[in-house]
Amino acid sequence: MRLHLKVWRQSSADAKGKIVNYDVDDASPDMSFLELLDVLNEKLALQGDDPVAFDHDCREGICGACSMVIDGQPHGPEKATTTCQLHLRHFRDGDTITIEPFRAGAFPVIKDLVVDRNAFDRIIQAGGYISAPTGSAPDAHATPVPKANADRAFAAAACIGCGACVAACPNGSASLFLGAKITHLGELPQGQPERHSRVRAMVEEHDASGFGGCTNTGECAVACPKEIPLDVISQLNRDYLDARKAGRKGA
Amino acid sequence: MARGARAAGTAPARRRQHLPSVQLKFVMAVTGAVMLLYLVLHMIGNLKIFFGAEAIDSYSAWLRTLLEPALPHGGMLWIVRVVLLVSVIAHIVSAVVLARRARKARPVRYAHRQPVQGSYAARTMRWGGVIIALFAVYHILDLTTGTVNPNGVHGAVYDNITASFDRWYVTLFYALAVITVGFHVRHGLWSGLQTFGRSNAATQNALKGFALVFAVVLTAGFLSVPFAVVTGLV
Ligand code: HEM
Ligand code: SF4
Ligand code: FES
Repeated sequence: MRLHLKVWRQSSADAKGKIVNYDVDDASPDMSFLELLDVLNEKLALQGDDPVAFDHDCREGICGACSMVIDGQPHGPEKATTTCQLHLRHFRDGDTITIEPFRAGAFPVIKDLVVDRNAFDRIIQAGGYISAPTGSAPDAHATPVPKANADRAFAAAACIGCGACVAACPNGSASLFLGAKITHLGELPQGQPERHSRVRAMVEEHDASGFGGCTNTGECAVACPKEIPLDVISQLNRDYLDARKAGRKGA
Repeated sequence: MARGARAAGTAPARRRQHLPSVQLKFVMAVTGAVMLLYLVLHMIGNLKIFFGAEAIDSYSAWLRTLLEPALPHGGMLWIVRVVLLVSVIAHIVSAVVLARRARKARPVRYAHRQPVQGSYAARTMRWGGVIIALFAVYHILDLTTGTVNPNGVHGAVYDNITASFDRWYVTLFYALAVITVGFHVRHGLWSGLQTFGRSNAATQNALKGFALVFAVVLTAGFLSVPFAVVTGLV
């Protein structure tokens, strides 16, 4: 199949970028979207041009590296699909496809489609963990977890930290990511001791990194390749409120 | 997980925010709820017009006697006004701060992107809010102080209302403003419940439905007054 690509090219963080047009004539419907870019890059390399830089790693939807906005949608038009899992059969022969990097002040472009997502790592460092002695694994049944909590924690833990929620949000907010981490750890017994300090530290880091506030429009949950539900943001707000109350009581 | 090993490049300077956005949203939700409570009482009060001029005029006079003699004449009204003024200011200041943070959070726009999910109501919160604020100023000058009212007699509530709505452009502006309030409340009420942490997977759709019904009833109540005046019902 033939595809017309409009790709954001930016040679470095400080350079001014622009959309550049490319034609790929030998794409196959069975290719993944990243393979399409591989084919384009091979062609560019043979011509002596600079290949399009893009992030990728696992190519099976679990690492969250493959960040790009395809025709206006982070990870493209398919529901619950990362870019690496998106196949060209969802496009038509002759289609024009616009490919841009995730746009957020907190995710500055490094080159072409590659953005710096260190802000997410800083948010995790601020509180997205439990403090526990590591070493031998504990007995699986040592701490019982009710089924409903386990299910909700598991659904939230599916977040791969890709940043599509930020890319989709009209406010450039990372609230869905934040809510996913808060819910994941907050539903489990191991997450309780640090529950209050966690939410305060993560919210503070989120804002310091320059992410915007949530207006509950719900764009994030639609874009999320792991279908993290919007109500994790409600959980985040609730936990933050509880933490502030506890803080005032000096707890 | 996003990779951490990369050089920070042009990562923007980190700035500690004294008031986290989550907290500003609580301010919006609490002040929004205060204004919403007022709107409900105001809407119900307005319906007195369907019982005649005497009913609404005496209702207005009665409002001024609330909690007398514990409070002076009109005291309760002034308390309500001060609470509302504080709420409006806090609501607007928070909205402005949040809107500015949102703009800074997306310095470079997409060449190609349509919203896929956000409702019309959600997307018009900011400009809708501005329209509501402007309308509120006009509305107070019209029916509270009487400054721009063609009748403008204190206490003659019925005559003031009918005099105002006898001009088609005022009625039109009022109707558009009230519908804007309806949209604002539709998204705002649901959003506020989410802000208070009251939503979960099981209740989310019910809360959205509740907000919609609430907004429609509120808007219909407010619209019924000019409708009645224009059609000669009252
Ligand atoms: C009739 C009076 C008003 C009522 C009843 C009202 C109610 C509400 C409620 C309940 C919310 C939801 C808060 C949340 O999401 O937590 C809200 C949000 C909002 N209001 Fe109002 N509001 C009113 C007037 C205004 C005015 C005069 C403005 C501005 C000039 C305004 C601007 C906004 C904005 C921008 C939001 C969205 C804020 C955000 O989600 O970040 N509102 N409003
Ligand atoms: S919540 Fe979804 S969209 Fe956001 S970072 Fe996690 S997986 Fe990606
Ligand atoms: S490359 Fe790992 S999720 Fe796409």
